Amino acid sequence: MPEKIDYDAKIPNNVHLADDRRLQRALEGWQPKFMNWWGEMGPTLETEGVYLRTAVSVGRDGWAHFDHVNVPDYRWGIFLAEREADRRIGFGEHQGEPVWQQVPGEYRADLQRLIVIQGDTEPASVEQQRLLGVTAPSLYDLRNLFQVNVEEGRHLWAMVYLLHAYFGREGRDEAEGLLLRNSGSPDAPRILGAFNEETADWLAFYMFTYFTDRDGKYQLGTLKESSFDPLSRTCEFMLKEEAHHMMVGTTGVDRVVLRSAELIREHDTYEIAAHGGIPLEVIQRYLNFHYTVSLDLFGSETSTNAANYYTAGLKGRWQETRRKDDHKLTDDARTLDRPCDDGTWTSDELQAILLLNLDLRAEYTADCQTGVNRWNKILSDAGIDFWFRLPHPGFNREVGINSGHHVTPDGTVVDEATWEAARHHWLPTAEDLAFVRSLMHPVYERGKIAGWVAPPRHGINGKPFDYEYVYLT
Amino acid sequence: MTTTTPVTFERHPDSYRHWRLAVEGEVAWLEMDVDADGGLVPGYELKLNSYDLGVDIEFYDATQRLRFEHPQVRAVIVTSAKDKVFCAGANIRMLAGSPHEWKVNFCKFTNETRNGMEDATEFSGQRYLAAVNGSCAGGGYEIALACEKILLVDDNSSTVALPEVPLLGVLPGTGGLTRLVDKRRVRRDLADVFATRPDGIKGRTAVDWRLVDELVPRVGFREKVLARARELATESGRLPAERGVPLPPLHPDVSEEGIVYRHVRVAYDRPNALATITVLGPEGEPGDLHDEGADGWLLRLTRELDDVILRLRTNEPGLGTWVLHTVGDPAKVLAHEQAVLGAKDWLANEILHYYKRTLKRLDVTSRTLIALVEPGSCFAGALLELALAADRQYILDGPPIDDEDSPERASIVVSEANFGVFPMGNGLSRLQSRFYGDDDHLAALARESGHELSAAKAVELGLVTDAPDDLDWEDEIRIALEGRASLSPDALTGMEANHRFVGPETVETKIFGRLTAWQNWIFTRPNASGPDGALRRYGTGQKAVFDRKRV
Repeated sequence: MPEKIDYDAKIPNNVHLADDRRLQRALEGWQPKFMNWWGEMGPTLETEGVYLRTAVSVGRDGWAHFDHVNVPDYRWGIFLAEREADRRIGFGEHQGEPVWQQVPGEYRADLQRLIVIQGDTEPASVEQQRLLGVTAPSLYDLRNLFQVNVEEGRHLWAMVYLLHAYFGREGRDEAEGLLLRNSGSPDAPRILGAFNEETADWLAFYMFTYFTDRDGKYQLGTLKESSFDPLSRTCEFMLKEEAHHMMVGTTGVDRVVLRSAELIREHDTYEIAAHGGIPLEVIQRYLNFHYTVSLDLFGSETSTNAANYYTAGLKGRWQETRRKDDHKLTDDARTLDRPCDDGTWTSDELQAILLLNLDLRAEYTADCQTGVNRWNKILSDAGIDFWFRLPHPGFNREVGINSGHHVTPDGTVVDEATWEAARHHWLPTAEDLAFVRSLMHPVYERGKIAGWVAPPRHGINGKPFDYEYVYLT
Repeated sequence: MTTTTPVTFERHPDSYRHWRLAVEGEVAWLEMDVDADGGLVPGYELKLNSYDLGVDIEFYDATQRLRFEHPQVRAVIVTSAKDKVFCAGANIRMLAGSPHEWKVNFCKFTNETRNGMEDATEFSGQRYLAAVNGSCAGGGYEIALACEKILLVDDNSSTVALPEVPLLGVLPGTGGLTRLVDKRRVRRDLADVFATRPDGIKGRTAVDWRLVDELVPRVGFREKVLARARELATESGRLPAERGVPLPPLHPDVSEEGIVYRHVRVAYDRPNALATITVLGPEGEPGDLHDEGADGWLLRLTRELDDVILRLRTNEPGLGTWVLHTVGDPAKVLAHEQAVLGAKDWLANEILHYYKRTLKRLDVTSRTLIALVEPGSCFAGALLELALAADRQYILDGPPIDDEDSPERASIVVSEANFGVFPMGNGLSRLQSRFYGDDDHLAALARESGHELSAAKAVELGLVTDAPDDLDWEDEIRIALEGRASLSPDALTGMEANHRFVGPETVETKIFGRLTAWQNWIFTRPNASGPDGALRRYGTGQKAVFDRKRV
């Protein structure tokens, strides 16, 4: 018999879990499996308490409740944003009709697929990051890692809630499947490629939370527009939490760049590896890798699936309501740049509705650029003449029209041999990875930080940097 | 989407664009690796290992070569060389952009190839194993269904699916529905659930529902598949073989007027919308089958017939009537036939089954078939099957038209070959089909085996439709052919297919009769192929508009 759970105490929620026997029974079956998964695949480092933000309700105060928490006792909750009265479908062929409170039979399979794919990414990043705790550069960073991890865990819960509450037995099977696939597993890998890559060091973690979690933000943003109201509300709430992951990524890279800039000034050389800093070229190569792997998550530039989801009203565009068009897109056209074998680029005009992935990717790229600008400002403020750049979207791609072509970071189409010969200039080399890893020594003393990264400007929730964010065993 | 250059059907593994064939002892790997830019006709991209006629022609070539050139092979593994995708099925843009007859012809050919795989398993001991190493939908799953065993990668995300009904508003046209319930004995209610789900079924449920036989972990997938194939191979009843028989190109002479092979000649008569197919009997006595190899009369003839049926079907849809002639010595036909029937070895077995499959191709060809038996013809035994496959047979009761003094007369010969060696898709011989339920008459016919039957006798025995004399012949035949050409070709297709297949249903007859008839109907309905139909709308991001009235 599965252990009986005291729901309201254990699982903060605003879905009336205590009154919903069906959902309780589903969670009773799933929750122990989740805890096993967390034990096996969650953070390796044991702690006696981490200063975590826990969502206890959706109100202004409730979603950010701070306290030291024993991590396995973290209360993964089920929260949906408040229901909007008379919300209407904003796009596609059902535009103007009331949103759906139940899954329409016609779209059951598609909705389930969308939720499973989104759900599959959430535990994946926990798995990818499970070893990072043992090399954290400070207690502050360690705390952030745990915060990111428990929130990914909660986001998994959010998707599992939808599967359990709306998709019956099959939903329960799929919810279990989310725990059976594992990042990088040779047997049952995660569905999307980027979530099977290794996050081996903290620079990779900052890059991942900047670039890859940012993809998550945009995907959630499109699902927030969904006509299936429970999905929309779930994603809206998740977006609030996702913002924190962005902060970890943005400021994380900031701090690495800042520290490298300091070392460059201090030693008057770009060759700061010998001084325990990460050279700017290495940072650029990490950026190139994580950005391009994340672009793959947007899928193929032309996508019938995305178009079908849009027409059906399952998945909208980023900030759909602010778009000034007919929200159907059947008559609009857009252009798509495509590499040719002869090294030139050509442009195809296609129906806008087939280019929705490209539309979302463009929003994402513009957002990514703001981070790059920040990092460049740090360099220019330090008087350093070096610019980070986002590589061309055709560079290093495995998915879509650019896969199979060899495009340099500046957008030149070259042959395979030329590309491979220059690969080490563009993507992290084995030496880069080994070097960064060599810097990864844990610093667990209050107020101390590793030498390759600058301390944060602000602590968490108004606490100082030297606050004891994590009680170690 | 139409082609300007005629489609050819001869391929060779050295120049495959979409497949890799690797033979390792008694196991062959047949890996699908479709070149997205390699469509047979411009206008679509073959993404995700989706296929068109060109991909399937190579597939067919491989299955044929495995039987003749690699007789040591006892197990064939069909898998994908691509990551995460086994096969997405027939290319939808190709289907949506193709004229009706192209779609149907394509379906017919793919069905024949899938049936051929099952034929290889049953009659040649070449057992097919589908190693489904990624998502497998529609025609992709139909390829797997044609295999004896289906192994599915157990990666917790790969599915098998028949999404035609929910996504495209058409049917799985390559035997998918029939094989689910008839071959794999999937329960009908589960088959209903399965075939209406666009996303398919994975893992344990797929095994429980009998959609696949076994799950195989991702790690060590190929090794496990190979081990399973080796097990299948040990149970194979394949006759031992030392060396195979290479199948060289046929090099027909193709012109505006027709196609000329060594033993088959086709002449087009476009004004009358007909093609005359003449089959030449053997010249000399039969030699050693293995020494003759691909030059042996019956094998060579079969290859030529197979090729010409495919070419005419695909490239000449307007030639609605095929007139079948033979020229040669009936005794020599019977001698060659006996050389194959009497030799109980793998090559003889392959030749007989290949000829059987070629006759089946003729049976399901949507053309009026008229056999003309004249003096100098050799409709004997195996070649009589051509006449029996035809919708009507006319024998000339008199001297040759151009030589009224000649003593030569037309005749036919019934032989052992007509009593079950070359069964039709319904499992019956053509004589059994012709005289369905009349066993006494079949017994009487058996007693007439081996000697020439005159026109009068052929009429008496019910083996021909009519026997005009030399005065009437030309007019009678002309009127018959002209009359035929004036009828609705659609009605004729339906009528002929009804008459050709009497008696019991088999998986094959269901696929060709029942399933393709429905598919044909659905393909022409606005719900599928109208401007707002599912096939047209697929890939545009817009939903199909259905007329909700059920008919």
